[in-house]
Amino acid sequence: MSDARTKGLGDIGAMPGDLRRSRFSAALMALALLVLVVSSFTSLDLQWSKFADDQAEQRMLKFFSELLSPSMDSRFLKNTTVAALETLAMSAVGTLLAAVAGLLFALPATQGAGMGRAAICGAARFVLNALRSIPELVWAALLIIAAGLGPFAGTLALALHTTGVLGRLFAEAIENAPGGPALTLQTQGIPGGRVFLYATLPQIVPQLLSYSLYRWENNLRAAAVMGVVGGGGLGALLSFHPRFSISPPVERDWRRI
Amino acid sequence: MQPPSHGLRRQTTPPGFHGAEALTTASTQPAGRIQPANRDPAWMGRLFWACAGVALLLPALIATEFKPWILFEPDSLRVSAQFAADFFPPKVEPAFLTMIARETWRTVAIATAGLALGLLIAIPLAVVSTTVLSVSAIPGRMHAWPLIVRQTVRVVLIVLRSVPELVWALVFVRVVGLGPTAGVLAIALTYGGMLGKVFSEILESDDRHAAQSLLRNGAGRLQTLLFGALPQSAAELTSYTVYRWECAIRSSAVLGFVGAGGLGQQMDNSMKMFNGSEVAAMLTVFFVLVAISDAVSARLRSMLG
Amino acid sequence: MRVVLDRVAVRHPAASGRPGPALRPLSLTIERGEQLAVVGPSGAGKTTLLHALACALPPSAGLLRFDEIDPWSLPTRRLHRQRSKLFLAPQVPPLPPRQRVVTAVLAARLPQWSLATALRSLVYPADIPAARFALAQFDVEHKLWARVDRLSGGERQRVALSRTALTAATLWLVDEPLSSLDPTRSVQAIDALTRLARERGATLIVTLHQVGVARLFPRVLGLRDGLLQFDVSGTDLSEERLRALYAQHEDELLNAAPLPRVAQADHASGLSWR
Repeated sequence: MSDARTKGLGDIGAMPGDLRRSRFSAALMALALLVLVVSSFTSLDLQWSKFADDQAEQRMLKFFSELLSPSMDSRFLKNTTVAALETLAMSAVGTLLAAVAGLLFALPATQGAGMGRAAICGAARFVLNALRSIPELVWAALLIIAAGLGPFAGTLALALHTTGVLGRLFAEAIENAPGGPALTLQTQGIPGGRVFLYATLPQIVPQLLSYSLYRWENNLRAAAVMGVVGGGGLGALLSFHPRFSISPPVERDWRRI
Repeated sequence: MQPPSHGLRRQTTPPGFHGAEALTTASTQPAGRIQPANRDPAWMGRLFWACAGVALLLPALIATEFKPWILFEPDSLRVSAQFAADFFPPKVEPAFLTMIARETWRTVAIATAGLALGLLIAIPLAVVSTTVLSVSAIPGRMHAWPLIVRQTVRVVLIVLRSVPELVWALVFVRVVGLGPTAGVLAIALTYGGMLGKVFSEILESDDRHAAQSLLRNGAGRLQTLLFGALPQSAAELTSYTVYRWECAIRSSAVLGFVGAGGLGQQMDNSMKMFNGSEVAAMLTVFFVLVAISDAVSARLRSMLG
Repeated sequence: MRVVLDRVAVRHPAASGRPGPALRPLSLTIERGEQLAVVGPSGAGKTTLLHALACALPPSAGLLRFDEIDPWSLPTRRLHRQRSKLFLAPQVPPLPPRQRVVTAVLAARLPQWSLATALRSLVYPADIPAARFALAQFDVEHKLWARVDRLSGGERQRVALSRTALTAATLWLVDEPLSSLDPTRSVQAIDALTRLARERGATLIVTLHQVGVARLFPRVLGLRDGLLQFDVSGTDLSEERLRALYAQHEDELLNAAPLPRVAQADHASGLSWR
């Protein structure tokens, strides 16, 4: 029985054509990737030798040993606690603003029957994409020009970036919500906004909440480093410390995050 | 929804339908049924939580120095209006654009180099920390030593990924000075931790039957990984790595703000000089970069999937 | 490989949550090159016996010896080397879905391959003629380059079985090799399996529900509730014995009737043990 089958298969000992072709294109892609990685390394003037420098090693060792013995100076701890609370507040307010704004933008940004014209949808999506492409830190640097140094700029920066992220997530949640209740209300002639409030929103509230909480956790970390560009919070302590990495009170307050 | 009232208008009801009448007089309810309250029982709870929320919000607003009116103060308005006005037109001088192109490549290069090093860290750590390749666990429980080693590696991965890359970058800038080395290392360490942790999670959660069978028949650990575990996990692993590469590009731009070079550093310089047109050009380029890497990443991931 | 079980008892693995012993103290001697079938209803301990023999489950009592060596007294590394001398084929074919059949079959050689060879084989399979030969024994040669997830259940089972043609193990433990195969294919598969084992001098232990096939083995063990009920030659496997073994589980008896004369004659020669 097997003879009849193998007779029709020719030389089965060699790799068949389509497999060979797909292997070839995979190899090409791997090669392209390799070229990208190697050229990345070579085009940057990376200075690994600086690590071998004695002084550098000494400084790093000193830094890490200090990292393991956090300062317990009371005044310093008080400052740190204040900064930590500031960070917490920044992330909370920023996420709250973003959740509200995100929802407002998500409505026109949903695609789907009866949810708005294509132009408005496209514009809303563009705005959300622009907001979320720019990292929080860049927003913070920009907003410092308008709002001055301090946590306000950081909060707004978080709010703007997170609006983009949450707006996109909310829009997807609205699109994926079961359409039955909404359709029922629409056929009664109720306008879109009210349909949303009474039919779609109740279904997706748990999802919206969970996305918002997840971003809040993320924003907590982002808020902490915001201070590095002058945005207040713990990061400000880190970067504005007079002799960062050389003096004793280098602490691991970022671990409080 | 209208509350039941005696003034309920009788719509045309089918004969024998007594529903509307039952609504009007509570006394016609069957005995033993609890009467629904006339006030919304959820109201007090909602009011309480709303007040609590506001009570928490106020100190938070104060702590963050939330004063939106600052934005509209004449001085600040003047500066920001001037800055914003400079956005149009964005600077498109050829020399400037060449510099931006170079810096954009640097940003991508820092991200790619950082991620490549991160993979060098992540792959061995993930392979060591996964229980799928455990020889001592074949008959049941893992022995003490291998368990300790695995847990330690897990902790190392968690620590690596918890430290924000900006903090690493700040440290490294102090050691090796300004420049891309600090950025590459910062990304390598943070993303190494992230990738390592997720790689080991992917290996843990995928089907182990093939790998277990090979291990039971005496194959080596790495051989089991290659022939038993990777065939099913490879797509997911690669897909996540591509996604993180896209994230690394954004991180690398941010790291430029602390001196790691690339587009971020140029943006920082231009912002400090209040040069709106330069910033506008760079923001646009950055936006396009993110959009392209997003598209490339999505395309690669759909090809793998 | 000569296997001796001396009052070996095995408990269910902790993960399964079942209390009590899976295998009660069992004493058994299996000589080099013997071929045995193990029958019994579900939950009888057949799979547990195989896993205990494969050193995948430690005995909770008693001694297991392979060629006079107690594997559980060995350090982990040597125990792992010992594992390469046995081959366990589980009931569900352990083939990664996205892998090609050629690589899946050649994986049987891994214990003998260095890491370099293993890596090389992923790029281009190292020994295609051997893979082809192995698959031909079970009539799936034409699937050499196919992906595992494109195969039917029966084809997958046969590919898993064809690994036996490439393994260097001297103890083969095969768990329900015929569950996805139709009667004709079952006969071919068992024929190939026993022939290969005989040619390599490997000890073969197969668990089965197809008692018609079990009868063709020179030695049959009957397990029920973890206890060895009988240890007879295939020809002595009577209806009463089977009925007693499978009491309250009669629906699991497959091919209770003996096979037609002609096929049986072919088998008798294929399964004869020296």
